[in-house]
Amino acid sequence: MSTFLETLISGVLTGMMYSLVAISFILIFRASGVFNYAQGAMMLFSTLFFVTMLGEGAPFIVALLIAIITSVLLAVAVERVVLRPMANSSAVTLFMATLGVSYVVNGLAQGILGTETQGLDLGIEDTPIFVGGVLVSRFDLWAAGFSLCVVILLALFFSRTRLGISVRAVADDTAAAQSVGINLSRIWQVSWALSAVVGLFAGMIWGASQGVSFSLEFLILKALPVLIIGGFTSIEGAIVAGILVGGGEALAETYLSPYIGGGLGSWFAYVLAVAFLLIRPTGLFGDAAIERV
Amino acid sequence: MQTSDVTYDHGKGDDLLANDLPSKGAGQSRWQGIAFAALLLAAPSFAGDFWLSVFMMPWLILSLAGIGLNITTGYAGLLSIGAGGFMAVGAYGMYAFAVHGGIENFLVILLLGGLATAIVGFLVGIPSTRIGGFYVIVTTLAAQFFLVWLFGDVPWFYNYSPVPTIALPPTVQLFGLNLTNDPIVSYYFVVVTVIALTWVAKNLVESPIGRNWIAVRDMNIAAQVIGIKVNSSKILAFAIGGFYLGIAGALWAFLFLQNGSPEGFGLDKSFQVLFLIIIGGMGTIRGNFIGAAFVLLLPIVITAASSWIFGNSEFQGLLSNTDNVIFGALIVLILIKEPEGFDKLIRNLSTKIQR
Repeated sequence: MSTFLETLISGVLTGMMYSLVAISFILIFRASGVFNYAQGAMMLFSTLFFVTMLGEGAPFIVALLIAIITSVLLAVAVERVVLRPMANSSAVTLFMATLGVSYVVNGLAQGILGTETQGLDLGIEDTPIFVGGVLVSRFDLWAAGFSLCVVILLALFFSRTRLGISVRAVADDTAAAQSVGINLSRIWQVSWALSAVVGLFAGMIWGASQGVSFSLEFLILKALPVLIIGGFTSIEGAIVAGILVGGGEALAETYLSPYIGGGLGSWFAYVLAVAFLLIRPTGLFGDAAIERV
Repeated sequence: MQTSDVTYDHGKGDDLLANDLPSKGAGQSRWQGIAFAALLLAAPSFAGDFWLSVFMMPWLILSLAGIGLNITTGYAGLLSIGAGGFMAVGAYGMYAFAVHGGIENFLVILLLGGLATAIVGFLVGIPSTRIGGFYVIVTTLAAQFFLVWLFGDVPWFYNYSPVPTIALPPTVQLFGLNLTNDPIVSYYFVVVTVIALTWVAKNLVESPIGRNWIAVRDMNIAAQVIGIKVNSSKILAFAIGGFYLGIAGALWAFLFLQNGSPEGFGLDKSFQVLFLIIIGGMGTIRGNFIGAAFVLLLPIVITAASSWIFGNSEFQGLLSNTDNVIFGALIVLILIKEPEGFDKLIRNLSTKIQR
């Protein structure tokens, strides 16, 4: 029983990190309808930049600030240079463009900052602790707590600030939002900037537990099923789905692997997502897709 | 997703309208096709074995894979990132028919491998009847990851050997000819297969079936209103696209590389085929040949150019990533400036010359 709980809890805590990555997608998708595949490469770039600065001896806070500014600039630049000229293209075309962007950003990140895996020490000890008789990783707890804080901050931003409410208005009905004088291009910039910062945080947490390397880019492939299950537009959905995917993946890896062989982790989440697509195509909390002729 | 009408417009593929009607260029394109086929058949007389097996073979096979993906993605508008996985089904399927089925005729097992892939394509296509073109990314990615895992981790598929690499047993022949040893023979086999399948594809996309795909791609609901069976059109696009990808995968593994491994058909392969159809032209047949030449030659040109500029200096790390940067930038540039790819550029050029 305690093995079961430990597996489940560690999976759920990993799932929180998937949620954070998924949320950084949702921020952009809600406001502009772009599914930004380059998110992974941008996460890799800013996290790698942050770690490199730390390695060169920069103080933590300074490095963090510069990394945040850089990631925001990168995101706004991608939005301005690539996505803006393509407004009114189909979702599929926009997706392919971000695929191109991801190759560019990834190539630059590895070309300039190097391809070796770098460690990132956030000063959290990774010692297991007992919670009610169950062994839990201290780092996972910290990471999940941090993710939760980010989500709460985002929720406050969206419900309490003028800018946040404008973003929601654009997501809800772009034409109506424009007609009451909301500046659309500014909202897009804000969404991309926010997404970049959330992505950087997700990258830092992931990098601290797994090392900062090329593999960070593949976190997006983990976030995709989370998005499908949670619905493409819902932050709550991303959290629930992240927990579901993380927990399910860990349990499947432990309890199904003996029967059908290892390496389940690479496709389990996707099969779950496809099952969801068949039963509930809009995801748990997603908006119903309306098709117009 | 109500944001759609004003800003980024979902679902309407106005930007991907290709050369939907053959119209006046039909006769001309037939002569172009015949000249192209003749050139390919004559190639061994002026190109050496090295060029045939190092450039011509992978080029033709990749073009064939491009045609397969173009049917699903370019014509029917279902964005598939599972091209690598489908190619793996072709190769591992063909291998299974040779090893477990005991069939020794190369052509027969090649076609059976293609049919197996068509069936997998059919299955992967089923969810696409319930969801839009964009969500298909997920089902095809699921197939991609699952298939690569299947062929790498389930020993039956690689005949219980210690590693999941496969090669055809030497008993497999084509009417007494050993295809895998002789570059000229295998080149001719590839050429004839590719020409035949390209001809079929060209006719298919200009037939009612192909028109239905384009209608489904450009306006799903309108297509339904005028009586097109949208769901069976989508599934058919997956199945036929799968058949082409399967044949291409088997040829790639057994005639070009001489062996196949699951890693060779990973996500990178899927992206390579996707990129080649974007570069060449979505919703075209000729574009696949242009795009495939591009993705094969560009890395060679870049490596040659950059080692000429930088020498073998400390820029080595930057150098190895130049390919990716240039490919990515090219994709973005094409999608912004000319979403119909190089094929459209060539068409524009030829109209200008004719005037």
